[in-house]
Parts: sequence; C-alpha cells; structure tokens
Amino acid sequence: MSATLATVSYIGATILFILSLGGLSNPESSRRGNLYGMIGMTIAVLATVFGPHVTSTGYAWIIAAMVVGASIGLYAARIVRMTQMPELVALMHSLVGLAAMLVGFANYIDPAAAGMFTGAEKTIHELEIYIGILIGAVTFTGSVIAFGKLSGKISGKPMLLPGRHLLNLAGLLIVIWFGGTFINTHSVSDGMTPLIVMSVIALLFGIHMVMAIGGADMPVVISMLNSYSGWAAAATGFMLNNDLLIVTGALVGSSGAILSYIMCRAMNRHFLSVIAGGFGTGGGTPAVAGGGAQPAGEVVPILAAATAELLREARNVIIVPGYGMAVAQAQHSVYEITRYLREKGVNVRFGIHPVAGRMPGHMNVLLAEAKVPYDIVLEMDELNADFPDTDVAMVIGANDIVNPAAQEDPTSPIAGMPVLEVWKAKTSIVMKRSMASGYAGVDNPLFYKENNRMLFGDAKKMLDEVLVALKA
Amino acid sequence: MPQVIGVPKETAAGEKRVATVPEVVEKLVKLGFKVAVQTGAGDAANFSDDVYRAAGAEVMDGAARLWAASDIVFKVRGPTAEEIGLMREGSTLVSFIWPAQNPELLKQLAAKKATVLAMDSVPRISRAQKLDALSSMANIAGYRAVIEAAHHFGRFFTGQITAAGKVPPAKVFVIGAGVAGLAAIGTASGLGAIVRANDTRPEVGDQVKSMGGEFVTVDYQEEGTGVGGYAKVMSEGFLKAQAGVFAKQAKEVDIIITTALIPGKPAPKLITAEMVKSMKPGSVIVDMAAEQGGNCELTIPHQVTVAHGVTIIGYSDLPSRLSKQSSTLYSTNLFRLTEELCKTKDGIINVNMEDEVIRGTTVIKEGKITWPPPAPKLSAAPPAAAKPAATAPAAKKGHGHGGAGAPASAKSMTIMFAVAAVLFWFIGANAPAAFLNHFTVFVLACFVGYMVVWNVTPALHTPLMSVTNAISSIIAIGALVQVAPPLAVAAGADRPEVWILGLAVVGIALTSINMFGGFAVTQRMLQMFRK
Repeated sequence: MSATLATVSYIGATILFILSLGGLSNPESSRRGNLYGMIGMTIAVLATVFGPHVTSTGYAWIIAAMVVGASIGLYAARIVRMTQMPELVALMHSLVGLAAMLVGFANYIDPAAAGMFTGAEKTIHELEIYIGILIGAVTFTGSVIAFGKLSGKISGKPMLLPGRHLLNLAGLLIVIWFGGTFINTHSVSDGMTPLIVMSVIALLFGIHMVMAIGGADMPVVISMLNSYSGWAAAATGFMLNNDLLIVTGALVGSSGAILSYIMCRAMNRHFLSVIAGGFGTGGGTPAVAGGGAQPAGEVVPILAAATAELLREARNVIIVPGYGMAVAQAQHSVYEITRYLREKGVNVRFGIHPVAGRMPGHMNVLLAEAKVPYDIVLEMDELNADFPDTDVAMVIGANDIVNPAAQEDPTSPIAGMPVLEVWKAKTSIVMKRSMASGYAGVDNPLFYKENNRMLFGDAKKMLDEVLVALKA
Repeated sequence: MPQVIGVPKETAAGEKRVATVPEVVEKLVKLGFKVAVQTGAGDAANFSDDVYRAAGAEVMDGAARLWAASDIVFKVRGPTAEEIGLMREGSTLVSFIWPAQNPELLKQLAAKKATVLAMDSVPRISRAQKLDALSSMANIAGYRAVIEAAHHFGRFFTGQITAAGKVPPAKVFVIGAGVAGLAAIGTASGLGAIVRANDTRPEVGDQVKSMGGEFVTVDYQEEGTGVGGYAKVMSEGFLKAQAGVFAKQAKEVDIIITTALIPGKPAPKLITAEMVKSMKPGSVIVDMAAEQGGNCELTIPHQVTVAHGVTIIGYSDLPSRLSKQSSTLYSTNLFRLTEELCKTKDGIINVNMEDEVIRGTTVIKEGKITWPPPAPKLSAAPPAAAKPAATAPAAKKGHGHGGAGAPASAKSMTIMFAVAAVLFWFIGANAPAAFLNHFTVFVLACFVGYMVVWNVTPALHTPLMSVTNAISSIIAIGALVQVAPPLAVAAGADRPEVWILGLAVVGIALTSINMFGGFAVTQRMLQMFRK
C-alpha cells in the first residue's frame, strides 16, 4: 500500500470516528455510530500495517500482540457488570496512558526516528516526546488510582498530604527544568536521565492528584482522565507526524474536557477546585458545623408495605436513583416495580442528575441494563419543574443530588449546586441504609421535611419487599 | 404486667364513632398492651365484635365491667358523670375533653385521681401533627359538610352541557380556610363547583389555591394570625370591611360553608339574617361552627332549618356521620399518642411531663389539674414578617449568582483570548512549517470534537466515554509503526532493536485491549438502550 493510499485511508478513518461520536446524539443512531467507530479503527490499523511504515517481518509480532490484547479486552467486555463500568473505563484509560509512555520511549531510543530532524524541528520533536510521555504517565497512574478508588481497593476519602499544592508546584518546576536539560542533550543516553526522572515525577503526580480527590468528584476525574488519554494520543501524533493520531486524540481530548465541564457545572464547582481536591470529608465538615444550619425535626420512617401503598395510590411517580442503587444492584428490582406500576397506568419517570453515580451517564446505563425504556429516563432539567405535580418521589441511594440545602442554605458547602427538587412532590420517600450524610459530608434537611419518609435498609432488599407488597 | 386499654361504647346520643378500630387494636397489642372492647362498641361504625376478637381484643359485656377492668380508657367524647362514676381510681383517660368549656368535668375527673389526656389540647407543633385529632376530624367534617350541602342543594355541582340544555356550575363560598375549610374547598372543587374562600390569615391564600379554590381577600390591612396558627379576634374596622365582602358573596353564591372558629371563644357571627335573605332561594348554608354558637345568626345547632328559602344546616356531628372513616383516623391518632407514651414498647405508659407534646396534651396528672399548659415554644406558622426577610437573601443570591456569572465569564473569555493570541503568536514565530501543518489539524480537530460532543445526549455519556476510550486506542498506530519500520539510510547501525520491538509489542497488546474491549463493551451497552 502506497503512502498516499495510507493517508487517504486515514482521512476515511477520521471521518468515521467523527460520525461515531456524532451517532451518540441519540440512542437510535448510537449503535450505528459504534459500528462506524469499529470500521474506522479497522481501516486505520490495516492501512498502517500494510502501509509504508511496517515491513512484513513485523507481522507475526503484531498479530501475536493483538490477539493477546484482543482476547483480554473482549473477555473483560463480556464479563464486566454494568455497575463496574466506571472501574473498567478507568482501567482502560490507564492502558492508553501506559501505551503512550511506551511509544514515547520507543520513539526516543529509535535513531531512525530522531535522525530525520535537525535544528528547531529536532527541538520540537524532543519536546513532543517529553510532553507525550508526561501526559501518558499522569494518565496511567491517575487512572490506576481512580480504578482503585472506584473498585473500593483504595479508600474513597481524599488523601490530603500537608503542603500538597507546594509539592505539586515543586514537581512541575522540576519537570520544566529537566525539560530544558532534555532538549539540550545531544545523545540518547544523555537524555535518558531527565526523561526517566520526569516520568517518575509524572507518575507520582498522577497518584497524588487522584488520591486527593473525593469519591463524589469521581465523575469529574474519570472524564478528566478520559480527556488526558486523548491528549496523550494527540501528543504521540505530533511526535510521529501522524495526523490521524492528532485528530483522534483531539476528538477524545475535547470530549473528555466537555464531560468534565458538564460534571463540574452539575456540582457548581470549579474545575480547578476539584483538581485541587479535598471536597467533603476533610474541609467540608467543620464548615457545616460552623454554619450552624443543623436541620431540626423528626425523621419519619416508613415500611415497605406502606411504601407500596403510597405507590399504588399515586398517579405520578418520579424515581431518583443514585450511587446507592448501583451498589445494591437494585436496578432490576426498580424495573420490576416500574413495570408493575406502568401496567396499572401510573406515570413513572426517572430523574437523573448529571453527577449521579460514579461516571457521567452511569445511571442511564444501569437502567438501560435493567430494560427500563430510555424515553422515561429524563434529565434533571427536563423534569425538575414537574415535582409539584408528582405524588411520590422515590429517592434510591442518592443524597447530595436531592439536598434542599443547596438551594435554601447559602452557607452550605454545596450551595448553588443544581439539585432535583424531590421535596416539592406530595410525598418523597428516601431509601437509604442509614442516616449518614452523603459524599459531600453535608447533612440533608430533606430527611427532616414533613412530607418525607425514610425507608431504611439495603435498596435491593427493600425494593423487593415493596414489589411483593405491591403485588399482594 | 401489661396495662389494659379499655374501649367503651360511646354513650352520647347519635355518636357513631368508636375510639379504637380493630386495625389499631393489633398495633396496640404489638406495643405490649392488652385491649378490652365493650360489646357493640364498634357496631355503629361497622366494626363487629368478632373483628375485634380476631384482632386480639377481649370483648367485655357491659360498661361497668369494662371500666373496672381498664387501666387506660380510650374514648371519643368526654365522659359523662355516670361514666366518671364507673372509672377506677387512678386510671388514665384519653378523649376529647374541651377543658376550657368544661371546668366542672375537670374537677370531677381530678377527684377520681385520674390522669387525663385531652385530644383537643395536642400542641400545634410539627412533631405532634400525627396525633392531631382535631385536624383529622376537621378534615372529615369539611368533606361531610360539602356532601350534606350537596344533599340539600337542588342542582348539580359541576357545570354541564346536556342535550336538555346548559347547567351552570354551583358556586361555593367557604369562610375560614383551616383544615376543615380546606377539605371543604377540595371536596367542592372536586365535585366541579366554583369555589371561593376567605380567611383572616392572608398566608393561607396559597393553600386555598392549591386545593382548587379562589382566595377572596378583604381589603383591609390587619394581620389575623394568632398563636399556634389559629385565627384571632379582629378589629371592628376589619369586621365591617369583611361583612361587605360576605354580603356581596352571599348574593352571588349558592352554597356557603362557614368554619370560622376562634379557640376558646364563641364563634363569630359572620352571616347576618340580612345576608341569608339576600341569597337565592334553594341555597344552602352549612354552619360548621354550630356547636360553638354558629357563624350564621339563623343557625339552630344540631338541626336543619329553612329560613327565607335557604336551608341552614347546623349539624355538630359531621365527623360522626362518617363514622368508619373518623373512627379509623381518630384511633390512629390515639395510637400515635400511645407510641409517644410508651416508647419502651412494654405495654406500660409513661406520662412524661418533660415531653412538650405529652405535657400539652395532659390536662390532669394523677388528680392534679395541669391545664392550661405553658405556651408552646414554637408556633406552627412563623410570623409573616420574618418570612420575606428569610427568603429574600436566598432569592437575591440566586439572581446575583447568575448576574455575576455573566460578566465574570466575559472577563475570563477576554483573558482566554489574550492568552490564546500570545500562544499562537509564539508558535507562529518559532515553530517550523511542518509542525504548523499538524498544529492546524490539531486545533481544527479540537473544534470538531467540541461541536460533536455537545450534541451527545447526557443519557449516553457512559457509552461516549467507553467509545472515546476505544478510539483513543488509535495510539496503537504509534506502536505499529515502530515494530518493524523499513530501515532507511545508515541509521540502523546502533538501533536498539530488541528494546524498541519489546516496547512496541507491549504497546500494541495494551492498546488492543482497549480497542477490542472498548468497542465491545460500548456495543453491549448500546444494545441495552431500548424504548
């Protein structure tokens, strides 16, 4: 395959990738979109393998490596549970980061690649390698830590080192200084030391950054790492003079950046303050205590039978799921209840907060898995105005996203965060394991509202009981 | 030794309610009590002795036996002198007492060394709402008032266009939007009538609207909210303005339902004989304040009369006319009180005078009259003046946030543009041409990505992430070209083949995981999104 043909194939692949992302604008076209993505990827890989840069001696290696990777990937994709999606995505980000690092190093030690450049071009090329490895390393360790936190292998609480901003700053300065040294070196062996030092610092920085971020901010972190993995690909593209990598990396990078922005907006937080870490458990709690806005009143518990009674008599029901539903694997029970109520003519809808769960769109995927039709799963903005006409609002394992303090208490740490106004419904039922506060560490005045009932217990168990009571 | 709760048959004429229904008997038994019910106690409310037995109660013949056996007596109406005679010394009584109106009754009960909890004296605080029997009864009375009115009214409530002609909707005017008034408004508007309502407390206007009524205001500045959210006596000027409004309404409407009561005072006379005369013949007035003297001058308590062609209903037993419903709600209120009294669930009550709710409800403690209680700490409705002050800063904050956000973002936009300009200038001045080609592609691709991704529906954000993940495995290409490049020129001499090959092969394997895994899992997810 000639170089021009390979380039044209790359353009085709680029277009297919853009169409693939475009297809996700609606669930109907999304499946075709994914197909475009697969075709694009196939074209890109084949054009490269049979293109001018790969000789036939490498085929065996390539096939072997791809078979190994593909079998692991397909196996993981088959067995992963939908509740584990955030973990899987985080793990995959780390792979992209690691691959970017490896490619960067391979490229640096390859004299065939470096030999083509002189003067300013050489400097830029080395800078590209340096940055590519830097982003790759941060993505790699950051994602591994994110995976650990999401899967519960590492505590979800933010780990705050003393003087962590200074540490980060020092790291950044060292990286820049070594960058200067690196560019001025003349041989591969001379450049290796700064490159490795930088890599180690970047790896440590990735760990430190994500360790400092609390569980509730995970959606932002995941999208941010998604974005980084894109930028890593783009940097590799610059390094290899490959436009396909640049375009694809930029697409992925901006996609992740937009998701991070949406998540931050949904929490009324600044991106920088999320990255700086320490939300909730650490800094938030004293502020709450100091604010003195301790909600007063009585929590009214309710039992599954009475919940079923309320649901049976309701005409409009809105269900607000949160991470608790994912933890309890309760989505199928939710669906059974939904189906039963819908058969009885009850208008059941779902209200999804943008940051519900541990990654963007997490709840939608879980509900889709349980066969809940997607046209009754609505965004916060689409149904927030409907709560006053709602008979029962059922909150399943969510807390901060339904906290009226965000609107009512200007001193609350989550003040100004958009929330689902479940307390405006005639009755709200909150399913929770205990009275513990949410990830933001903020007490929830909703629980003490007069029209609120608390259904304590494991979400799945309670929902099953409600279902039994409904059918009885 | 668990205490025995006794439920005697009500003795007042026409009283059909019973203080405890079988459903509540079960719950009381769960709290550890024994329950005794007098034979036939629930007959008038359609609860037979057998049902009580099945619920775990002991059915006893004769009032004397029951009163003697009971440690605690649950009743609806206050006891008669005869019943007090039957009462065991030192036992506990829970019922309506109306201590302000019945000082004599209090003395008699005190003489029996009894402990008496008056269900009409439950403090009006949020925590006590579940045992507020007055509200439960008022709710039923409001409903029944509309039903009684409909019964005596010669027309439909709802407007209809029939083949035989047009039927105008009935117009209902409700005076007093307390619990009873609101229930009446809801019931009447549910039947299709046009409902208007008036109350001296302006803050109930929203509640009236929420029940489907129209709030008629009296154009006179005076705050009518008294302690505990009840109404208070108004000034003369206000009363005059109010009378004007009522006179006007009387001419227009078909049905008037009055619920105006001021605690501890005779009911205010709001509907004069003049107003009754001005009403259309066939109209109906339901005077729910009849027992306290009535809101209408022509009301005869406990009776239905016709004056000037207007039917005036003065029933004072409206809740009892819906005996099954009112018994159920009343006994649930009693059960909630019992829960408060018996937190240990061992079947023995503890009249804890430290508890605000129990302190307010208890009118006699072991023979000592404790009524009236100290003023409640918290009013049910906060003073109106505090309300705007409390909400205003919040509202302002909301607006201020958006307002401040806009210029700030304009400012940051300017800064961003400036930074971008400097950056572009720097790159343009220093970078070689080949780099700029790639840079152009990069910047444009960022914008394409930006446009495309904003169109992605939030429901598909997780598939978006997994598909971008799969796509970012394009980095495999970087590894692919390093596996076995066609070695040109003399560079091959010191090329660390093994290292490069190793790194590249591992890179390919890693990205393949992403490539295949990412697309496969996305496909799996998308398959699930079904209508």
